[in-house]
Amino acid sequence: MIFQALRIALRSLRVNKLRTALTMLGIMIGVGAVIAMVSIGSGAQARVAEQIQSLGSNLIIVLSGSSNAAGVRLGQGSQLTITEDDAAAIAREVPVVQVAAPTSRGTAQVVYGNLNWSTQIQGVTADFFEARDWGVDNGRPILSEDVDGATKVALVGQTTAQNLFGETDPIDQIIRIKKVPFTVVGVLGRKGQSSWGQDQDDIILIPLSTAKKKVLGVSQANARSVNAISVKVRSAEDMAEAETQVRALLRQRHRLQPSQDDDFWLRNLSEVLQTQEESTKVMTYLLGAIASVSLLVGGIGIMNIMLVSVTERTREIGLRMAIGAKGRDVLLQFLVEAVTLSLVGGGIGIALGFGLAEGMQRFMSWPAKVPPGAVAMAFGFAAGTGVFFGFYPARKAARLDPIEALRFE
Amino acid sequence: MAILATEGLAKDYHLGPHTVHALRGVTVSIDPGEFVAVMGPSGSGKSTFMNLLGCLDRPTAGRYWLDGQDVARLSRDELAAVRNSKIGFVFQQFNLLARTSALENVELPLLYGSSTPRERRERARARLQEVGLGEREHHHPSQLSGGQQQRVAIARALVNDPAVILADEPTGNLDTRTSAEIMVLLQRLNREGLTIVLVTHEPDIAPFASRRLLFRDGRLMTDQRGEAQDAAAVLATLPEEELVG
Repeated sequence: MIFQALRIALRSLRVNKLRTALTMLGIMIGVGAVIAMVSIGSGAQARVAEQIQSLGSNLIIVLSGSSNAAGVRLGQGSQLTITEDDAAAIAREVPVVQVAAPTSRGTAQVVYGNLNWSTQIQGVTADFFEARDWGVDNGRPILSEDVDGATKVALVGQTTAQNLFGETDPIDQIIRIKKVPFTVVGVLGRKGQSSWGQDQDDIILIPLSTAKKKVLGVSQANARSVNAISVKVRSAEDMAEAETQVRALLRQRHRLQPSQDDDFWLRNLSEVLQTQEESTKVMTYLLGAIASVSLLVGGIGIMNIMLVSVTERTREIGLRMAIGAKGRDVLLQFLVEAVTLSLVGGGIGIALGFGLAEGMQRFMSWPAKVPPGAVAMAFGFAAGTGVFFGFYPARKAARLDPIEALRFE
Repeated sequence: MAILATEGLAKDYHLGPHTVHALRGVTVSIDPGEFVAVMGPSGSGKSTFMNLLGCLDRPTAGRYWLDGQDVARLSRDELAAVRNSKIGFVFQQFNLLARTSALENVELPLLYGSSTPRERRERARARLQEVGLGEREHHHPSQLSGGQQQRVAIARALVNDPAVILADEPTGNLDTRTSAEIMVLLQRLNREGLTIVLVTHEPDIAPFASRRLLFRDGRLMTDQRGEAQDAAAVLATLPEEELVG
């Protein structure tokens, strides 16, 4: 019966090609707009999620704070107040912390052959890679033996590798950092831009101990001090607790009175990004809602056409009833017609939406991404629109009196 | 036994405060194989009578047996099923679906019954051949003459092997010669055993039926039987088809 109704419906749609096309256009634009808008929104969401990923998930960064010497307060990081021992203590004493990696950083001119490049040098420990979710593409990471033995090995970031080595394989090449020769043992995986726009791949990692002794120098006050500690927390739910505990632990270790300010800074960057993610989600919903309005308008277009069609085909309906069509046969025929219109329109609309999303990505470098759920949703919406807006005209047709309908001019 | 039988069949219409008695108790019995012409001026109740016979409407009072089944009190859907299996309609306006081939037009009633596509195709094709249009099954109505269109409509009425053919002014839109051709076809089908009830107000069409019912003011005035005129003989006397530009 459905199959029969489908054939009847398809035939009548084919007979009126222009009208069919115009009606479909409404649904096409509606569905296309929904898909494109939702893609734009979820693309933005994906970009934020990517940034969170590149930062390392569940990451708290502890930075050296400002000094307060006789009332003169200097800026952030003006004094190296945190140490490798602080890092070890955090890892040891805060149970929700998975790993805490101390780092020192500075900038230096790096020379390879006749090329040179100024880049960020970070002294790191073996835990760094785990803390920052940073993999090694090629070669090996920095191991605890490197830190213990203060070996002169280096890992280069993708951008640095590109600038120093070009096409050459960096592995086992010798580079000079502040005139100290280092052997490149690995190339870091690509991280991309950080959320504040810095190229995270423009970097060289060397063992923390080597950095202090040979490259960056040590603080006069404390040889074990570092610039920052990357603290990786076991799970996202524990972030707040971890922050509180790390703060308490450091205050205790630094012997700060309750009246004193912290001499360090805690940065929970994923929190900032999560807020951003939240707002892009709202944007997605908003865009989707606006696009839905055009879907609604398309639906009303279908209803309009179906009503015209019912009037225009009154005699046909009368004939069908005379030769034995029941009310529900006629209802089904017109309903199937409406749903076919909206489904075919919706199908083309989905393609259109994909095209728009692709176009946004290619020509406006917006990371539009069609979420798989959106296609099913848009299709469902289109079918729903057809049923909803097709029902009234179809019922009108089904309730016609065959005698009146046959007499209709 | 009668194939169509009515007893005190009546139909009232309510137009605002007025009640119109369109049909005031008609009792008639039609046997299988009869060729009945229903006549009467407009407003005589013949159309109402035909609508009731065709199960398109339900009587206000009275009874109606079609092929042994009491159909006067059936629901809309039940009536639709009865129309589908027992009645074949032929209309003045042909009422063929535009942009649809002759074959598909003939198949149409079968779509509302239970049959396989192959059955439908075969039966429709056989009926088209029966009315002499076997070679035009893929023509659309717009590519057929009026007489051919009416033949397609007759084939459509026959396709379900109905108990009765109800023809409402089947020649009303056709010229004299084509009308005669259609009557030849109907008489042939009648001779083969088909029961036909035909509404007409044309005095030269009624004599082709063997029984004539005359309606006036919602009542059956006269019911006369007589020798039917042979349509084929009449057709032979008509001048050959002229090509009118």
